[in-house]
Amino acid sequence: MEKILEAKNINKFFHDPVRIQVLENLSLSINKGEFVSLTGKSGCGKSTLLYVLSTMDTDYDGTILIDGEEMPKKEEGFLAKIRNEKIGFVFQFHYLLNEFNVLENVMLPGLKLAKYSRAEVEHRAMEKLKILGIDHLALKKSNHVSGGEKQRVAIARALINDPHIIMGDEPTGNLDKKNSDIVFDIFNQLASEFKQTLLIVTHDQGFAERTHRIIKMEDGKIIS
Amino acid sequence: MRKLLLINIAKALLLARWRQTLIAAIGVTFSITMFITLLSFMSGLNDLLDGLILNRTPHVRIYNDVKPKADQPINKSSQFAKTHNFIGSIKSDANRQAIYNSEAIIKSILNDPRVLGLSQKLTAQVFFNDGSIDITGSIFGINPSAETKLYHFDEYITTGNSADLTKVNNSIILGKGLADKLLVQIGDAVQITTSKGDLFQLKVVGTFQSGIKDFDNVQSYASINTVQKILSVPNDYITSIQVKLKDITQAPAVAKAYQQLYQTDAEDIQTANSQFETGSSIRTLISYSVGITLLIVAGFGIYNILNMMIFEKMDSIAILKATGFSGKDVKSIFIYIAISIGIFGGLMGLLFGFGLSALIDQIPFNTASLPTIKTYPINYNPRFYLIGIVFSFITTYFAGWFPARKASKIDPVVIIRGK
Repeated sequence: MEKILEAKNINKFFHDPVRIQVLENLSLSINKGEFVSLTGKSGCGKSTLLYVLSTMDTDYDGTILIDGEEMPKKEEGFLAKIRNEKIGFVFQFHYLLNEFNVLENVMLPGLKLAKYSRAEVEHRAMEKLKILGIDHLALKKSNHVSGGEKQRVAIARALINDPHIIMGDEPTGNLDKKNSDIVFDIFNQLASEFKQTLLIVTHDQGFAERTHRIIKMEDGKIIS
Repeated sequence: MRKLLLINIAKALLLARWRQTLIAAIGVTFSITMFITLLSFMSGLNDLLDGLILNRTPHVRIYNDVKPKADQPINKSSQFAKTHNFIGSIKSDANRQAIYNSEAIIKSILNDPRVLGLSQKLTAQVFFNDGSIDITGSIFGINPSAETKLYHFDEYITTGNSADLTKVNNSIILGKGLADKLLVQIGDAVQITTSKGDLFQLKVVGTFQSGIKDFDNVQSYASINTVQKILSVPNDYITSIQVKLKDITQAPAVAKAYQQLYQTDAEDIQTANSQFETGSSIRTLISYSVGITLLIVAGFGIYNILNMMIFEKMDSIAILKATGFSGKDVKSIFIYIAISIGIFGGLMGLLFGFGLSALIDQIPFNTASLPTIKTYPINYNPRFYLIGIVFSFITTYFAGWFPARKASKIDPVVIIRGK
């Protein structure tokens, strides 16, 4: 199996207010097409691990390989490019830009990547919206759609550059049961139909149980 | 492509808060407007005041001064060459105020590429006779056409015509004050007595007002030939050559060179009128510092508004960074915002500044000493507009730079996890 994401011997400390070890000599790898959930109690370090893996947090010891390539910690511009091209993010909060409409929000990372022309990026964005069943909202301002719809727009945005992996930090945390199910179904569909790799942090036990693999953490260590 | 995308994002952020942005831009507009108006007005005034003296003053004046000879006979004697000679009771040597060989000097000066033109001048001290009263005065012998071309002579003629000086024999143009004292008008005759006691009748063909009242009370102009006749001197007798240069700053060097070359005295305009230059430069300095202060204040306004905007847009900045925009991109976005405020505000400022100065240009300004000035003077120098726009660009750039750097340093993890 092809490894998309690999972490070796990750150690991380919080320095403020006192020095605490949050991640302890932690290693894991995720294969292509896997739908993985990362669970654990509050404060066990699961979100911290996700942000370390996402390259946004560079204050750690150890090695991270994305698509077989080692991530340098110092090169902010290079890491931004990696995130743009290879990682899609879905957060608990949607983080859509109110100044733009739904379609433009989805297009932004694609335009940044500049791999396709503007017209092509627009076409691809429409396709993603169609997959998520929200193509009718394309021209609405992003603050004029409902909470569940916003989260689906955020997923479409994460998909726009066909990333190697989608990382989610409690993507259903703010949603009701119905919308949570919709989001889960979308993730499931992406994994089964499009062989999309997903790594989702959640403390929703029901959500985690339905994924392919559960990584359980406790006190900065992986226990299963 | 990358730039275009960032500009589009900047535009969206700007338009989303267009009221705030407009206020920031109005700050810049106001300061540029005042900057342009202040400088145009101040420098118009400077030009006017300088023009009173500088336009009428030759850049280099060649003449023979009344002073003792530097080379006294005893110094030339080889017998006393090694001694230190004390000489008492030296008298100034002034038996000839005329310039030697003036025609040759004029010809050689006209060949100098640095010279724009020259006019000759000759002065006669006379008494104007009005019944039993004698009024002391002087008559300048000039060439009216050269004088008009180089020193704006025509601008000060309030009645009559300067060309009549050459057309009408034995004619004179009197200062306004002098004409009033003598109770004469155009067409009347005035009687003068020269210092040697000769009597002359001259016909008045005009009056002038120089803007300096003391001048107008004692001075008058006649053609060179007329004055040579009054003084009963030959045709090549002139007492000063007034040179106008292409570049006024070269005057001291040219004066020094001529002094050696022609063995006469030569004075440059900077030495003769140093006080005017000082006044002008200080007035200009004050206008610039007030203008730039206004701009800096506007810059702080932009700084504040951008800081607020960044605070409000923390989430947007965080997600942009998470989805692959680098710190540099975020910085560019905010700098674009600042610069577009600066350029928009600045251009509006140029427009309003031009309008306001044009308005001031229409306000009546009548003063007895300046007959040709009817409204407040304004200098529409394009340089002020250039400086204005460049400064608005620079201040807004720096006002944007610090908030932009702050935005580029925002750690997306802190924002996203803080939710």
